[in-house]
Amino acid sequence: MNGLYQTFAITLMNLRSLPARIGPSLVIVVGIAGVVAVLVSLLSMAKGFSATLNGVSDEGRVVVLRGGSTDEMSSGIGTQQARLIVTKPGVAREDNDALAAGETYVIADIPKRGNDSPANLPLRGVEPTSFAIRDEVRIVQGRNIKFGRYELIAGVKAANQFQGLDVGNRLPLRGVDWEVVGLFETGGTIHESETWVDNALLVSNLNRGGGYTSMIVKLESPLDYDQFKQALDDDPQLETNPIRESDYYSGQSEGMTGLIENFGYSVGFVMAIGAVFAALNTMYSAVSTRSVEIATLRALGFGSTPVVISVMVEALVLASLGGAIGAGLAFVFFNGYTASTMGGTFSQVSFDFAVTEDLIVRGILWSLFIGLIGGLVPSIAAARQPVTVALRGM
Amino acid sequence: MRYFGLIWTSLFRKPVRSALTFGSIFIAFLLFGVLQSVSVALTEGPDLAGVDRLVVAPKYSIIDDIPLAYQERIRAIQGVGTIAHQSWFGGTYKDSTNFFPRWPVPPREFMQVYSEYAMPEEQKRAFANTRTGAIVGKTIAEKYDMNLGDKIVLIPDIWQNKDNGPWEFDLVGIYDSEDEAFQNQMFMNYEYFDEYRSFGSGGVGTFVLKLTEPARSAEIAAEIDAMFANSNDETKTSTEKAYNQMFAKQMGDIGFIMTSILSAVFFTILLLTGNTMSQAIRERIPELAILKTLGFTNVGVLIIVLTEAIFIALIAAIPAIALAGIVVQAPAIGSAMPFLADSELTNAVIIQGIGLAVLLGLVAGGPPAIRAMRLSITDALGEHA
Repeated sequence: MNGLYQTFAITLMNLRSLPARIGPSLVIVVGIAGVVAVLVSLLSMAKGFSATLNGVSDEGRVVVLRGGSTDEMSSGIGTQQARLIVTKPGVAREDNDALAAGETYVIADIPKRGNDSPANLPLRGVEPTSFAIRDEVRIVQGRNIKFGRYELIAGVKAANQFQGLDVGNRLPLRGVDWEVVGLFETGGTIHESETWVDNALLVSNLNRGGGYTSMIVKLESPLDYDQFKQALDDDPQLETNPIRESDYYSGQSEGMTGLIENFGYSVGFVMAIGAVFAALNTMYSAVSTRSVEIATLRALGFGSTPVVISVMVEALVLASLGGAIGAGLAFVFFNGYTASTMGGTFSQVSFDFAVTEDLIVRGILWSLFIGLIGGLVPSIAAARQPVTVALRGM
Repeated sequence: MRYFGLIWTSLFRKPVRSALTFGSIFIAFLLFGVLQSVSVALTEGPDLAGVDRLVVAPKYSIIDDIPLAYQERIRAIQGVGTIAHQSWFGGTYKDSTNFFPRWPVPPREFMQVYSEYAMPEEQKRAFANTRTGAIVGKTIAEKYDMNLGDKIVLIPDIWQNKDNGPWEFDLVGIYDSEDEAFQNQMFMNYEYFDEYRSFGSGGVGTFVLKLTEPARSAEIAAEIDAMFANSNDETKTSTEKAYNQMFAKQMGDIGFIMTSILSAVFFTILLLTGNTMSQAIRERIPELAILKTLGFTNVGVLIIVLTEAIFIALIAAIPAIALAGIVVQAPAIGSAMPFLADSELTNAVIIQGIGLAVLLGLVAGGPPAIRAMRLSITDALGEHA
């Protein structure tokens, strides 16, 4: 009981005297805030990117690619094959029409807003059924394209990133002007980084003589996937690679997400070492300027454990304060921040940073860990110093 | 340097504190060196790109082809030397995670245009004369344990061949280049690729030209684009450096955001370290007063204190920047984070780093040193740390 009381008393005394030692204490707070802010910001970038690509979550949709292809751009499906694919069991139907659409996914060099450097804008040729299958599409400005016309609708994220994607504008491509007639949203998924046009017109504009790069197929139920895949594999006239749409996009996000996470953790780790040095330095000087005070307490009969604990608590309080500030800064500056980069198929993907609760918790845990290491060694040193030596420092 | 002994001894006055200060400065400059190199790689693209080379690319998209027949018309333009071309092969080597670019090229012209790729003469001859020949960079050969004479099997995605099966190439050369990033590629004989693919023959991805009149590169580029304007396959010609930068820029915001977050952090660490260093000097003001009692002049004390602060900043920063140079070149890091593969510690970054270290010493040591200089000896001696 006595030990507990002592601990409480010393800790309280330490914390009360903190404002008097504001300068050195700030070193810990600011240092750790920096580490946590960087860690959380970088991880929120990875989180936002993967959320955008994993947002396409309709388990009942399948992207059919050519066998051997792993992405739409390097794939190709002929018109004949497309006719066979829609007859397979499991494909959903609406008014007797199969819910399957051939699509063509390509990229075009368009300058970005704010600088004239061209970047790869994704261009998707769609069929009328595409809209029945991708029912999350909502036109938020203007109107939808009319098939048979050189018209284009742009995802809101694409429109924000690229020059000329404003309703009423014309986009010249391979000798044809495509009129931007509307903007669409898909609830934050990757499709908002794309532009959509009539597939038939796009294919003839590309001089490809027909066919698609891939097919999007809606199944009656997500459970029909195996049956559908089996039927495609069994057909000797077909050589395809059907992938659930959700798996297709999460596969594309893995590389970049892993990359940013690795980078975030390695930089965070190196910085954490720096912050441990700073914390150690501060706690050492905090202890050394107070060595007389601590020795006096010891001389009065306070035990060494309460001294250790009190110094630890001080370090942890400062560290968690730093952690909270750092996570807060990351949240204020980066939550919802829109950035873009080159995705899996050389095409530009826009995404929003997501500072989620678990990232904040992770940041604060890191700060406590740094505080623990930064406080432990100096506190033991403080407790171990012989009372007489310390008192002589007066 | 008469007082070097004095400065050196004072570093060991509180060895733990000095070690920790050293550690924080070291970490800060390690980050600085690595991040500046990454940022240079992201914004400027690889250095190897020659100024005397032009890239002729399709105007509207990298997925389009340009007719090989354009070659003769481009050759007729004055100032154009050797013409090579590259096409994107894609495909999969064993597993889809084994990613490295593969390019069908015309071997002879390619080796003339890219003379910086070093390869033994007999391998060069073999590449020029083997229909199914292919060469890879040293890094790739080591990573996948490829040896001369090996058959390299690629599963196609875009380019199906006439037998609808895998492609086989014979490894006839392993090249080296000063820049590690450029070793990360495979080149194969275009002629074989073009004859054996099931569609698209007669097309190439981009032309790469070596100029005999590099000074006229802008003019020549404009001339090429004008020549093909309003045709079915319009072109966009730029220097190779500009072309590569366009790709580097597409990584876009990510690089910018990373480097800006991290430079904010670098300055935070410096601020903290500077603060600790200042504090350490303030504690020693009574000692400095003793120096003055012994007959050191005010300016002498100022110089000693500043030299000490700059000295500790430099002995921590220099090895840190050196380590950064090693880190960004490490192949393991390059393959884990491909965008680091193009990084290189440039002289400009080294000079900036050393400049910042000196600045750190001045800013951290300056105010307390000036205070020590101005204080009268009696006041200073009376001060308690």
